[in-house]
Amino acid sequence: MMMQKLRRSGEFIRFGCKSLISSRPNKDSVSRSVSGFVNHYKSKGKLFELSDGNYKTELHHPCISRNVGMLLQQYKCFGSSAASLIQRNPLFSSLDSKDVSYFKEILGEKNVVEDKERLETANTDWMHKYKGSSKLMLLPKNTQEVSQILEYCDSRRLAVVPQGGNTGLVGGSVPVFDEVIVNVGLMNKILSFDEVSGVLVCEAGCILENLATFLDTKGFIMPLDLGAKGSCHIGGNVSTNAGGLRLIRYGSLHGTVLGLEAVTANGNVLDMLGTLRKDNTGYDLKHLFIGSEGSLGIVTKVSILTQPKLSSVNLAFIACKDYLSCQKLLVEAKRNLGEILSAFEFLDNNSMDLVLNHLDGVRNPVSSSENFYILIETTGSDETNDREKLEAFLLKSLEKGLVSDGVIAQDINQASSFWRIREGITEALQKAGAVYKYDLSLPVEEIYNIVNDLRGRLGDLANVMGYGHLGDGNLHLNISAAEYNDKLLGLIEPYVYEWTSKHRGSISAEHGLGVMKANEIFYSKSPETVALMASIKKLLDPKGILNPYKVLPHSLFSN
Amino acid sequence: MKILVAVKRVVDYAVKIRVKPDKTGVETQNVKMSMNPFCEIALEEALRIKEAGFAKEVIAVSIGPSQCVDTLRTGLAMGADRGIHVETNSIFLPLTIAKILKSLADVENPGLIFLGKQAIDDDCNQTGQMVAALLGWPQATFASKVVLDKDKNVATVDREVDGGLETLNVDLPAVITTDLRLNQPRYASLPNIMKAKSKPIKKMTVQDLKVDIKSDIEILEVTEPPKRKSGVMVSSVDELIDKLKNEAHVV
Repeated sequence: MMMQKLRRSGEFIRFGCKSLISSRPNKDSVSRSVSGFVNHYKSKGKLFELSDGNYKTELHHPCISRNVGMLLQQYKCFGSSAASLIQRNPLFSSLDSKDVSYFKEILGEKNVVEDKERLETANTDWMHKYKGSSKLMLLPKNTQEVSQILEYCDSRRLAVVPQGGNTGLVGGSVPVFDEVIVNVGLMNKILSFDEVSGVLVCEAGCILENLATFLDTKGFIMPLDLGAKGSCHIGGNVSTNAGGLRLIRYGSLHGTVLGLEAVTANGNVLDMLGTLRKDNTGYDLKHLFIGSEGSLGIVTKVSILTQPKLSSVNLAFIACKDYLSCQKLLVEAKRNLGEILSAFEFLDNNSMDLVLNHLDGVRNPVSSSENFYILIETTGSDETNDREKLEAFLLKSLEKGLVSDGVIAQDINQASSFWRIREGITEALQKAGAVYKYDLSLPVEEIYNIVNDLRGRLGDLANVMGYGHLGDGNLHLNISAAEYNDKLLGLIEPYVYEWTSKHRGSISAEHGLGVMKANEIFYSKSPETVALMASIKKLLDPKGILNPYKVLPHSLFSN
Repeated sequence: MKILVAVKRVVDYAVKIRVKPDKTGVETQNVKMSMNPFCEIALEEALRIKEAGFAKEVIAVSIGPSQCVDTLRTGLAMGADRGIHVETNSIFLPLTIAKILKSLADVENPGLIFLGKQAIDDDCNQTGQMVAALLGWPQATFASKVVLDKDKNVATVDREVDGGLETLNVDLPAVITTDLRLNQPRYASLPNIMKAKSKPIKKMTVQDLKVDIKSDIEILEVTEPPKRKSGVMVSSVDELIDKLKNEAHVV
């Protein structure tokens, strides 16, 4: 497998932390050490090298204060590997007042955002890891407006970042430089729901949790569920092919999305909004948009197959002594719980400790501390039957020694508190300090080996946590340290990617590539495949204005 | 001493309830049912008292249809020693339940009867008080702390009242109803679930207990509360004053 390393001599360009003082109050942010990064604005600003080897830049940018020195930044912000470097594509135009007037004309003044505070938020990702310097956010209300925006931007060669709930974890939802943000948050209407077939048609800006609440009143559930449900948009979920906690039961969005409507770079509206379960007429283009992270088009409407809400949901929280037991338990669960198994998640002891230390109101459901914890959820239509099945399975596992202890939730409140632990790990990691986050697909037998190997490699430098969707072979590998530092990063990358590649795993199981892993795709895909992806991108977006610098390696688009 | 704990099977607290189209009650078909949260707290307190050595047996009681056995099994999985299921398909109101519990108390002779302060389906907050009255026992309701003195045969109970906390001493035998802050109920662990399978649940009928179930109350209708009207944007202070005066009649 070819692994292209991109290294250009002399220039270190990483993501910049512009403001010295963050205007967003972040009570938890301790002054984190930032190996200062400055965006190299070739066309915009001048770069001065200071006598102490740091860089200072003068930029004419409302969001940036002058003299961005390395030592004073309080933003948590850092690049991926030391070798990654991005330059703003000089072919992209810069925003001018005529552009802003045009947008105000087509969208109305209210929905053209130049306000500093709102832009600050829109420019920064959820993890506070990536920050762009866009000067404009547009809030279209319908597909027609999205089409007008893109047609104009394409003609003017203005780069665009499609944005939804901004909960992505790989920097795919925020600008890298000054791309115009197109946020579909106002497009949040539910268009139709068929109570017989369960097909839901809605606009891309609908928040996942709101859709779930709506469906609940009709006796249905969304086929996906994830920790970010309170903020993420269905359009974003589809664009990133989000996985989540229910994939083991309902499959991926490639299966559950029946249709979508998308707008391509030149403003062309592609109506692929079918609501049919079966439709073999031609190439199924919607699959190109599902998971392309906004780089091929902006998804404006989604048609998705929802599932009847089954009344009997049971949740068990199990403790296992070692990873081998977890594996065997998974095999047994698939066999014995079969059709009612709806989630199989795992977390290790370090993850549990982290959650107990950083979140309020959580307690370990199991009385004693153990090495691994498993959450098993069943969903079925017969309460008594399902409960008996689950109990019988768990008691047998207890007897066989696969399980050392466990509890079964007796009501929805207890179940929520179990889920809070698993879903709260991401939040706890944020509170704990710096976090290096990796999302890998690996053969189930190998999943914990990488955690152990990395632990050995990093020693006392950091706390390594492993948790994730064991049922899908998806590990969320997280390294928590007090501060970001390059030495630590150097030990982690490319080690993690190479390890994954060696076992033919995926370097991004569900999070996507975004900007974080745009240059790492070769660890998991062959050069020929990637070359074809680049061709498709060039076909659909010749000027490359949609979400540039992301998903595919920069080298394929260098001018 | 024995402790009797009454546990009720109700629609799960987290479920969004809907009224049946015929307005006779709340929809319970295909809806998740669980032990009433306050009953869970009551059972937890009873178990802690037993573990502290003040009682030798905790008996869980439930009155209702056959599925109540599930609720009792949860109680046994938490640690109750045995269960009693008084089977009936009728909906009983608090007074009838209280009469049944009195009959059971006459048979079992517990030193304490624990109940949740109210059930989350009817919010009656009556059963505990009625049981105490029927038995002629002292009662301490809305308990947020219970301390037993074995020698003096007295329970010191902190009650949550509107003005704050009230502390009562009640002679045993007594009836205590539990409030939210009393304790955090334990989870049903696998080893306990296993043990629970061999614990007995005795089935009884209302006839066995010779209780008069005739009710003086008849539920006529159950309806949803009126939907909240959406707010109105006013364009000036004058308009606001006009509305406050002439529509809301508060000025």
